[in-house]
Amino acid sequence: MRPPRVLLAKPGLDGHDRGIKVIAMALRDAGAEVVYLGLRRTVPEIVQAAVHDDVDVIGISVLSGAHLALAGDLLEACDAGGVHAPVVVGGTIPEADVRALRELGVAAVFPVGTGLHSVIDGVLALASRDRVSR
Amino acid sequence: MSDAVDARTDSGIPVRGVYAEGDVAPGLERRLGAPGHPPFTRGPYPTMYRGRLWTMRQFAGFGSPEEANERFHYLLERGQTALSVAFDLPTQLGYDSGHPVARPEVGRVGVAIDTAEDMVDLFAGLPLDGISVNFTINATAPIILAMYLVAAERQGVSEGELAGTLQNDILKEFLARKTYVFPPEPSIRLCCDVIEFASGRLPRFNPISITGYHAREAGCDAIQELALTLASAIAYARTLVDRGLDFDAFAPRFSFHFATTMDLFEEVAKLRAARRMWARIAMERFGAKDPNSARLRFFSGNSGTTLTSQEPLNNIIRSTIQCLGAVLAGAQSIHVMGYDEAFEIPSEEAVTLSLRTQQIVALETGVPRTADPLGGSYYVEALTDEIEARADALLAEIETLGGAVAALEQGVSQRWIAESAYRIEKEIADGTRPRVGVNTHADPEGASVGPPELFEFDASIVDRQVARTAERVAARDQLVSAEATAAVEAAAREGTNVMPSLIEAARVGATLQELADVFRSVFGEFREPHP
Repeated sequence: MRPPRVLLAKPGLDGHDRGIKVIAMALRDAGAEVVYLGLRRTVPEIVQAAVHDDVDVIGISVLSGAHLALAGDLLEACDAGGVHAPVVVGGTIPEADVRALRELGVAAVFPVGTGLHSVIDGVLALASRDRVSR
Repeated sequence: MSDAVDARTDSGIPVRGVYAEGDVAPGLERRLGAPGHPPFTRGPYPTMYRGRLWTMRQFAGFGSPEEANERFHYLLERGQTALSVAFDLPTQLGYDSGHPVARPEVGRVGVAIDTAEDMVDLFAGLPLDGISVNFTINATAPIILAMYLVAAERQGVSEGELAGTLQNDILKEFLARKTYVFPPEPSIRLCCDVIEFASGRLPRFNPISITGYHAREAGCDAIQELALTLASAIAYARTLVDRGLDFDAFAPRFSFHFATTMDLFEEVAKLRAARRMWARIAMERFGAKDPNSARLRFFSGNSGTTLTSQEPLNNIIRSTIQCLGAVLAGAQSIHVMGYDEAFEIPSEEAVTLSLRTQQIVALETGVPRTADPLGGSYYVEALTDEIEARADALLAEIETLGGAVAALEQGVSQRWIAESAYRIEKEIADGTRPRVGVNTHADPEGASVGPPELFEFDASIVDRQVARTAERVAARDQLVSAEATAAVEAAAREGTNVMPSLIEAARVGATLQELADVFRSVFGEFREPHP
């Protein structure tokens, strides 16, 4: 079986990429294949990459406060594009919005302050669950 | 580890159990100088805070110009002594509020500015001849400066009276902050157009703030922060000198921006070393004759990444220590982070606490009584020398690669930052880097107690802002505006200074995006090759 494959990207205009780069390095160290698209990626670019690389999880990071709109757009586009990989969101996300994101269909939310191991374990668990179910 | 405390600084410098005279290299007096005299180790001014306290400048802005203006008045009424404008991401990246990629971000992390009229509204009731204003703007800095000059003109304030700082440091955007738009070369050209323009016309205004803060917040250590900042300063100075400008004509208006994090003495030593290193660079490399060219003045932004979402009230204590560090290091202006920044932009309560933190340090501790109170401490002097030596070595490494721009293009500087960020995160995860309330002495209930009341974003301002800009665009003289925009394009293509034509275009109602689009069409857009 191939290793879990995770797509990471920053949608929107936010440039804070310290967190997502740390997650990329930690996921690689944990044995995952990571495709990091970089900054200011549009929703269609992310969906296209998810299809192209047949990824198990899509992770986005937003620290500008635009997470609800951006995650909503991404989930909609994933549905429309037949992408079933779970979407996870990290960033500066207040408690109330964590719930709102979960209701939108985000599989896991990692607000600022989530421990590194919790994020990695959470993403890898989703990756393996998703692969078993497909 | 058998010791109760880590015997290395945050940047990895080994620390002895105690310091004595023999730990400080001979010739200290020459390395220090008096406050206000080269090499400025002890401070940029002879009287330091006795002459004037530092400027209390809380970074603020959100929503449309009205909301931001209200927050400015709020801060000034509570004793803040200057303004610092935060712009939203569309403004930083050259999109008007109505653009589809802009909409989710309008007014979120700062104020939305589409036209010079917005700038007029932003400073309504705030006389610009009496207040210094800092602008955190980079890729679109020339456009924002043009709009600000129009707002000042509207208030009847002359250019000579304007005081403040334009961040305008594009190199650190490619490095760490990431709100670049155009490729490096034309970006540096725009940045230098601003500096050249300001050197002749804005005697009280700092047209650049060369910034290590963002690289530090993105993960590098104190020594890398220092080396990267000075490498950028050298790159700008060389570009301007190559244009034929005299170093002493622009260098006195260079300002700097550093982080002040938790390792108190290392931070103080870093900032003292920064002044000494810049003085040496200015005099030895660029042959500065004016001592003002060698005088490093800096703003301290403290450090948001040291703050935690767990037990957020602890952040007030962290910020207080960072503010004290900046004062002990002789900062010219300070921003104290809001204790709720791990959740949202600061609430009114949080920003008031930040300002009160500065006021308490200024007025109740007695720390500002004397210049460089830690000068002569065996430990701090030894640390200052060591940081200088290590930063010098890194600077030499950057020079070997071909300078700040080459190091950036080769991805070396970005790699330093990312690797250091990962190391820090692993140390927090395995507990070797203590974070109280996170990996040690964590709340046994396991509950993350949020701050009492968070800032709430009012999404209705977005439609209001979009509609108002549309009205203003419809109401302007289209022909005049198109001609003025064409003049900007001609200047951009011909390589003449873009500032005069930008000011005229802003005056006749061209929008931020129209002007940014001109630069996009002439210069192209940059995309990070190896994220």
